[in-house]
This record gives sequence, C-alpha cells and structure tokens, in this order.
Amino acid sequence: MSTNGKSSMVTINLDGNDVEVPAGINLVEAAGIHGTEVPHYCYHPQLSVAGNCRMCLVEMGTPMRDRATGEAVLDENGVQKIGWIPKPIIGCGTNVSPGMHIKTKSPMVTDSREGIMEFLLVNHPLDCPICDQAGECRLQEFATDYGRGYSRYVERKNVKPKRTKLGPRVTLDDERCILCSRCIRFCQEVVDDDVLGFVDRGSFSTLTCFPGKELSNNYSLNTVDLCPVGALTSTDFRFKMRVWFLKESPSVCTESSAGSNILVSSREGEIHRITPRRNDSVNDSWMTDSGRELYKQVKSDNRLLSASVSGNSLNLSEAISSAIDLLKGKNVGIVGSCRSSVEEQYLLNKLSKNLKAKKFLRGHFGDDDGILLSADRSPNLRGNLVTGFSNKYPSDVLPELAQALEKKQIDALIVVGEELSESGVDLDDVNIPVIFLGTHQNKTSELSTVVIPTLTSFEKSGSFINRNFRLQSFKQSVPGPAGLLPDLHIIVSLINGLSEDADQSSDLASIWKQMSKSTTNPLHGIVYSKIPGDGIQLDGAKWDSLPFVEKKALHFSPLKQTQSA
Amino acid sequence: MAKTVVLQRKPLSLSERTYLPQIVTGLKTTFSNMFKEKVTLQYPEEKPSIPKNFRGVPTLVKDPNGREKCVSCQLCEFVCPPKAIRITPGSVPEDEEDREHVEKAPQEFEINMLRCIYCGYCQEVCPEEAIFLQDEYSTSGYSREEMINNKAKLYELGGTLPDQHYKWDKKKIAEEEGNAH
Repeated sequence: MSTNGKSSMVTINLDGNDVEVPAGINLVEAAGIHGTEVPHYCYHPQLSVAGNCRMCLVEMGTPMRDRATGEAVLDENGVQKIGWIPKPIIGCGTNVSPGMHIKTKSPMVTDSREGIMEFLLVNHPLDCPICDQAGECRLQEFATDYGRGYSRYVERKNVKPKRTKLGPRVTLDDERCILCSRCIRFCQEVVDDDVLGFVDRGSFSTLTCFPGKELSNNYSLNTVDLCPVGALTSTDFRFKMRVWFLKESPSVCTESSAGSNILVSSREGEIHRITPRRNDSVNDSWMTDSGRELYKQVKSDNRLLSASVSGNSLNLSEAISSAIDLLKGKNVGIVGSCRSSVEEQYLLNKLSKNLKAKKFLRGHFGDDDGILLSADRSPNLRGNLVTGFSNKYPSDVLPELAQALEKKQIDALIVVGEELSESGVDLDDVNIPVIFLGTHQNKTSELSTVVIPTLTSFEKSGSFINRNFRLQSFKQSVPGPAGLLPDLHIIVSLINGLSEDADQSSDLASIWKQMSKSTTNPLHGIVYSKIPGDGIQLDGAKWDSLPFVEKKALHFSPLKQTQSA
Repeated sequence: MAKTVVLQRKPLSLSERTYLPQIVTGLKTTFSNMFKEKVTLQYPEEKPSIPKNFRGVPTLVKDPNGREKCVSCQLCEFVCPPKAIRITPGSVPEDEEDREHVEKAPQEFEINMLRCIYCGYCQEVCPEEAIFLQDEYSTSGYSREEMINNKAKLYELGGTLPDQHYKWDKKKIAEEEGNAH
C-alpha cells in the first residue's frame, strides 16, 4: 500500500455513489473527474475562487457526529446519518473532505440553477445572432441544459454601452456581461496589470477600465477567451466568422521559446484565429496577444509563393535541381535556423555532414516579460542543440560567416529563412551563389540565386523543443499555397541529389526512427506519432552550462549557472 | 406455353363505316370546350398566381422602414444542405442612423441558384426573419456567374415584407427612455 497515493485520495459520495477523488480539490473539479458537470461561470481552474456567479450550487452533507461526545450518530440500520446542510452551497468554493455527500441532481439544485439562469437572463440582450460568442457561449449552453426554457420577464431590460473599446485589441459589450469577474482576476493574478473593475451597483453594475487606464497588456486577449459570454470580444476577430464553421487543430506557438500550446481555427484552409490550448506544464490556458497575430504571416504580401532561379520563376523541382547543380563540389556554408522544426534541423545537419559544410546559426532575442514571451524569440533554439546542428549557444550576429566570406572559405551558401543583413553580414560581400529556403521575402532572398519557398508552421507538421526542453509536436492545420512542398521534402531532395548513395526519406516516422536511434541523445526511443498532446519532457542536463537567456517565467525557472552567467 | 388464340373481328356496321357519329361526338367535345373558361396561360407574358406557401427563389427582405434585416448570423449558411449560401460578415458603422443598435450586417451575401434546392431551411432557421422564399420561380442566365445572386440582387428580388417586430425601434426606445438608474 503506497502511503503517498492513499493519503492524497479521499472518498466522497457523489449523487449516491462512493467515488475516490484527490484530496484538496473543490466540488466542481471532483464532480468533473467523474463525468458529472457542475455548471459554473466565475470559477476557472487557474484563477482564484470568487464564488459570485452562484451557478455551481450543490447540496452538501457530512456524516453526523454527536456534538457533546463526538460519537457517530447512527440511523436505525446502524449506518452513520448524513447531516445535510439545509441550503445549497457553491461547489467551487467548497473542498472535498472524507465522507462528504454531494447531490448535483436534486430538486433543490435544479431549482437553484433555474433561478440563477433566470436572473442572469433578466438583463441579457439576447444578441445571439450577432454575438461572436454564440456557439461557444456558456450562457447559451447552460440556458439550454439547466434553464427554465421560457422567460417570465416582461419589464424593460437595462441598456448598457454596446461597443466600449477597453484597449487596442478588446471590445466590450456591457449588456452581455454576467459579472463573473474572471477578466478582473486574470489581470490581477496572472498579468499583474490591475486595470479592470466593476462600477455602479446591482443590475447597473458595469465592467470598465479604471480612469486613465486601458487594457493594453500583451495578454489582454486572454480575457476574451476567459469570458464565458460574449461581453469581451476580440477586435480582430469581431464579426469575422462564426465559431461553428471553424475547424480547430492543435499546434504550437512559434513566437518565442515558451512554446505556448495553441489551437488554430480555420475554415476552408484560411486561418481565422488562434486561441490558447490548455497545458498545465507550459502555458496554463494563456498565450500572448502578439502570438495570436502570427497567423497573418500566412497570407502576408511578402510571402514567397513561387520558386525562382536568378529571378526567373520556375517550378519547384527545376529550382531544386539547379540548386543541386550550384552546390555540387563546392565548399558549402549552411545558415540554419532556430525557427525550423527539430526534423528539419536534423536533416540540415545531415546535409552539412554529407557536404562537409560549415554551419552557422543565429538566434533571435528580445525582452523577457516573465510570463509567456521569453527572451529567446525563436521556437526551437534547443532543437539545434539536441539534433547536433550546433553545440554552442547562438548569438544574434554571425561574425564567423562574415569572416568566412571575407577569407573566401566558402563558395556557396544555403540560408534557411534568415536575414543576413541583420546578422552583421554586409550583403555586398556575398559574391557567392546563395540558395534561400524561406517563407517570406527579405533582402537575402532578393540577392539569392535560387529561392525555394517553404511552408509556415501552420502548413506543415513537425516538432519544437521549448525553453524547458519540452518536445512538443505540431500538425498541419491548413494546406500550404499551391505548388509548394514542406521544408523537409526540399532538404531531403538536396540530400539525395548531392550524394549518390543517400536514400533519405522525407516521412516523419522514418526520420524519427533515425533520430531516436542513438542512446545518448535525449530523443532516444521517441516515436513521432506517440508524442502526447502536452509534449514530452526531455533531459537537457547536457547543455546546462550554456548561457540561456530566458528569465524566470510561468512554469520556467532558469538554471543557477545561467543566472550567474 | 400458352396457346395463341386468333380472334375473329366483327364486321363494321353501316354507321361505323360512314364515320359520321364519331366525327359528331368529337366536334361536340371541341365546341363544348370553346365556351368553357380558359385554362391555358400565355406564358411567359401571362403568369400563374402562386400560392402563398410556395417556395420560390430565396430572397432578402427589408423591414417597413427600409432597413436591412439580415445581421449575417450565418445560420442559413450553416443549415443550407447544398451549401448554396455564402456570406461575408461585416459591421455597421457606429454613427449610422437607425442601425446603431445592430452593429452587424452582411458585407456580401451570395446564393448560388445552381446549387439551391429550394428546401426553405434558410427561411426556417433565420432568427431575424430576413430571408424568404418568395414567388419567383423562373431563373435563367447565360453563365454560371450570372446564376449567383449577390446581395443587391437578393434585396431587389425580396423587397419589403411587413414586419411586426420593430426590433430596432424597441431597442432605441429602451436606450432613450431606459430604466431609472
């Protein structure tokens, strides 16, 4: 008998059945574990308990004991009596205790829910046809599941401001607000930017920003996700698409090494919004506002859509074969990328081994906000370490490349997505053929001899390793532009075209078979299709001595060595 | 196998051989119809009257104040079995008179009449009573593009239907008079 497992579980009685639940959790969670929904608005597992919506009312009782003696009070059958509390209690604010009895389906509970729903709908504008929340609205769902089904209210409803701009990205429709205060608690507790509050009383209570402040922090759009109704809406997504048309696919945010888990919502191959996906060991239920805008790169004006050789548009296979001709027998340099997936970095490393090429790697850095925007602004810097493309920590300039160009040590260059002029390389010095693999135009792609367009992370599958050395896979969400192939196929064609005995497959499963072979590599034994939705924690102890730039943040604390470094 | 029996035809009588009784019977029918009420219509110049519950071409209608009723909730697009409807949602500017309470209206509304099966689900599902299958039943065009009715065409076909809700007027009154604070 494991004492640990035993002590952390308690037995409660849920609707007449004895069930085991972890000790210390509240009744909403406890019932949820066993498939019983306790409806709630204000409660959120990652915020403090406010207990103000009263939707989660349940009946509760505890085994009865005599007050004087402390002895168990038994009924005629010799079973301990249950002392039921005469009024319902809130499930979110009550924690489980051994022997506790809960009723979630009794007439009193049903009545309470109907009453609460009726009060919530008294001043609700019933805007559903124009409300962006329709389809994922808790008020709609609970009105259907637990409401009375008809309205007794004949008086005139309250009118409140309809399109208040709370900040640059959030629009508030006050009439729809049910005063759950999730957004207020989120700003206070997660972002530490206390800007929201209620003013006025009773049915006139209104959510508003404090005078002179606005909801402009980089996490403001999380309040839109948190809002159980359509009160807080995203200005960007407002009136763009109804949620029931959207296909949601899990992915990973590429903004920084935090690697927030996301859901990409698309309709017919067009992405309409990005929302966070819950992962309690990475990003809880949050993500940055700036990360949500990354989908715009898919349809941006400077996207590379066709392959070209010396400025002439060609099809992809012709461009790849001219790249192979250019690279044959040359001293090649390869500029890798911290934005490529693990698999691409592995293959690029293989290509560089086959060509005996010089490898260069550049990092992208910014300010750390201590939550989910880390100082390392690339999703997969650690992938380069794990796949062996690089063994030192990259800086944001490439002096070695400038030197190699000056000394004419290389006479052909492969660049993956990077902008050389930003990495301390004078583009006038680049007098050798450059093969550019990337998604968007930049100065380097303009001077490149061969430009091979590639796909964004929304259009391909792969994996990233985040700041915690957590391996997270992402799957294709939308199809790429016509005629383009994933980066993997392009690197594989270069590998197979440049060495006669190479027989590399571009299939993810077989690439992973090769990558996970070595027992000394942290990727040992991992099968791509078996990577769980919340990722796999890798052992990154080998690289502890590197000067990682990330600061202490949500679910991340830097190692001691790097703090002192 | 059944045995084939050859029947003997009866010889024709005198009256049958003259054909006169048959001609007279035929002419009687012809003349009696000449004086009855006409049942044929001079289509397309003349058109039949369409019953009230007829499901013709889907159209968009305006309310009695000439305001657009559709708020682009896209339920019709969702429910449409042959996926004939395509809506691009848009917002109503805040300063627009009469419509400031509605906020949302379609930017573009297309119904592909080559796809439409006249099932009437769109009319049934519409929460704003903005789409109706009316009495227009004959559509033709020279190209596929011509068979896609856009928003302007849909409003032209739809016209105005009497509306008992006055939803926006009610909202306006509520805002102006409101509950005492």
